[in-house]
Amino acid sequence: MTAIRDFFRSIGDAWDGLHPNVRRAIGVAVLVFFIVLPFFFTAGGTFIDNATRALAYAVMALGLNVVVGFAGLLDLGYVAFYALGAFTIGWFGSSFYAQVNHGKGLHIGVTGVTGQLPGIHFNFLLVLVAAVIVCAIFGVLIGLPTLRLRGDYIAIVTLAFGEIIGRVAINGDSLKPFGYAVTAGRQGITPIDSPDLPGLASFGPLDLRPWYWTALGMALLSLFVSFRLRDSRLGRAWIAVREDEVAAASMGVPLVRTKLLAYATGAGLGGMAGAFFAAYFNTVNADQFEFSFSIFILAMIILGGLGSIWGVVAGAIVLSYINTYFIPNTFKSLPHHIGLNFDLTDLSFGIFGFLLVIMMVLRPQGLIPERRRKLELTEGVGAGDSEMPIEVSV
Amino acid sequence: MALLEVQDLHTYYGNIAALKGISLEVNEGEVVTLIGSNGAGKSTTLRSISGLTPPREGTIKFDGKEIGETAPQEIVRLGISQAPEGRRCFSRMSVRENLELGAYLRRDERIRDDLDRVYDLFPRLKEREKQKAGTMSGGEQQMLAIGRALMSNPRLLLLDEPAMGLAPVLVERIYETIAEINRQGTTILLVEQNANFALDVSKRGYVLETGTVALTDESSALRQNPEVQKAYLGA
Repeated sequence: MTAIRDFFRSIGDAWDGLHPNVRRAIGVAVLVFFIVLPFFFTAGGTFIDNATRALAYAVMALGLNVVVGFAGLLDLGYVAFYALGAFTIGWFGSSFYAQVNHGKGLHIGVTGVTGQLPGIHFNFLLVLVAAVIVCAIFGVLIGLPTLRLRGDYIAIVTLAFGEIIGRVAINGDSLKPFGYAVTAGRQGITPIDSPDLPGLASFGPLDLRPWYWTALGMALLSLFVSFRLRDSRLGRAWIAVREDEVAAASMGVPLVRTKLLAYATGAGLGGMAGAFFAAYFNTVNADQFEFSFSIFILAMIILGGLGSIWGVVAGAIVLSYINTYFIPNTFKSLPHHIGLNFDLTDLSFGIFGFLLVIMMVLRPQGLIPERRRKLELTEGVGAGDSEMPIEVSV
Repeated sequence: MALLEVQDLHTYYGNIAALKGISLEVNEGEVVTLIGSNGAGKSTTLRSISGLTPPREGTIKFDGKEIGETAPQEIVRLGISQAPEGRRCFSRMSVRENLELGAYLRRDERIRDDLDRVYDLFPRLKEREKQKAGTMSGGEQQMLAIGRALMSNPRLLLLDEPAMGLAPVLVERIYETIAEINRQGTTILLVEQNANFALDVSKRGYVLETGTVALTDESSALRQNPEVQKAYLGA
């Protein structure tokens, strides 16, 4: 393990040693690489499909990382924001509410055939903004009851909220507050409008490249938000709350505001990715909003390194590829070869769990650890051990 | 008028009354000590004042203003800051980052001056500026906890057992600095179980017993009191 650690450390040191302009140039080169990448693959092929999902998962993971990694609030109900984001596009980007405006529909910023359809049809960008707002509000609402709780208790309450939202998604077809059903129940909402973005033609199943670029744009936005927040006054407050809530409060860090902003930010990013996934899969399927999804995203950030932005992106890409590519494709026939007869995808979560255990043994700080946590795990500097009156000498 | 006036304070943890009617005063420029054994309510009194454990009954007036129901961050903004019990430094942050968090609510230009002031009071902290707080000794962490509380430039500094767990020689050093902080104009309310040094630097003292004030006097008189000597001064 030391070899791997030294390898990562030497990369980090080399990077820090570079001139800022060189670093900037490398950054731009990497960006250009990712932008032109789809041109080397089949437009509707597996590679772009997998890459698109990985990027959208990275957005989800970066969102959850704000809550769990930065602010230290263990959220086990993150699937709630996947669901709410998906339903936002179901409400504002499909023919679900066909009776609106006497069947003529409501259209903002959409062109072509979509502009003639009944139902509410907002431009994809507007829907993304709406998803962020809806989820941020719900993030705060779900966060409120957890404010007086700590640690594991937060996990239990958020877990419960995740389940509640999942149940509402399934049974919401009989919930009609203004004569309009909240969800379509198990039937699902389909089809979802294809995004209609300037400069990107025809989002569809045959050419996945516009989806890829949209996901890339969202991932870049999430990265930008993550870095800016981490280095801000608020980011410092999150770390303080994570390290020691009482000390943070006595320094004047407003606990309520600080925690709620973490929930809202995390939820907003999750909602954005949720809306994207619904559009990409062309359906809002109420049955997919399960607890296992929350764990899947949580596993990404733990695998990558809690609180570490690049680590989380790496974790998201690795787990996404294992989930959508390696398990169903590469190793699909593995059970068959050893004389067993079952589908490897049935074991997906067993495999993720196994990977997590391996990680905890070999590299508990994650693939690319955050600076502060690395310190805790490798040099024995823990948080909150100052409670005990320890030794003396200066 | 006193800088801090506490009247008939009742504070509870759940159903358990930790304070059963505490009243005390701290005048501008004073050092005041609260002494008492475990569970007497010393820390709870400080936590009530700083808003971490708001009182259920009673009034707390700071500079004539009622702060009994004010949020902790607003109390810090008004000019009360606390070095909490057990130091509670952010162990994975550097010394510098810890001190910067002490100035969390401030956006003025004078933060730099206060940082220099803390480094003057505790030169050791300047030497260790980039070191992670968790890797420092108990004495250094106590210095950091006090320095961090000073970074909000408080009018009233609350110190919760600054000598806890430290060697006698270090306790003396810490108390010399506390006296210096007071000379520079900061009013101090401090809590201590082993009260020898605390009574040396303070002007007046309160003896707390099971959530009430058992005795109050000039520090010099408390030092001479046989019962205080027996119970709290190890005589």
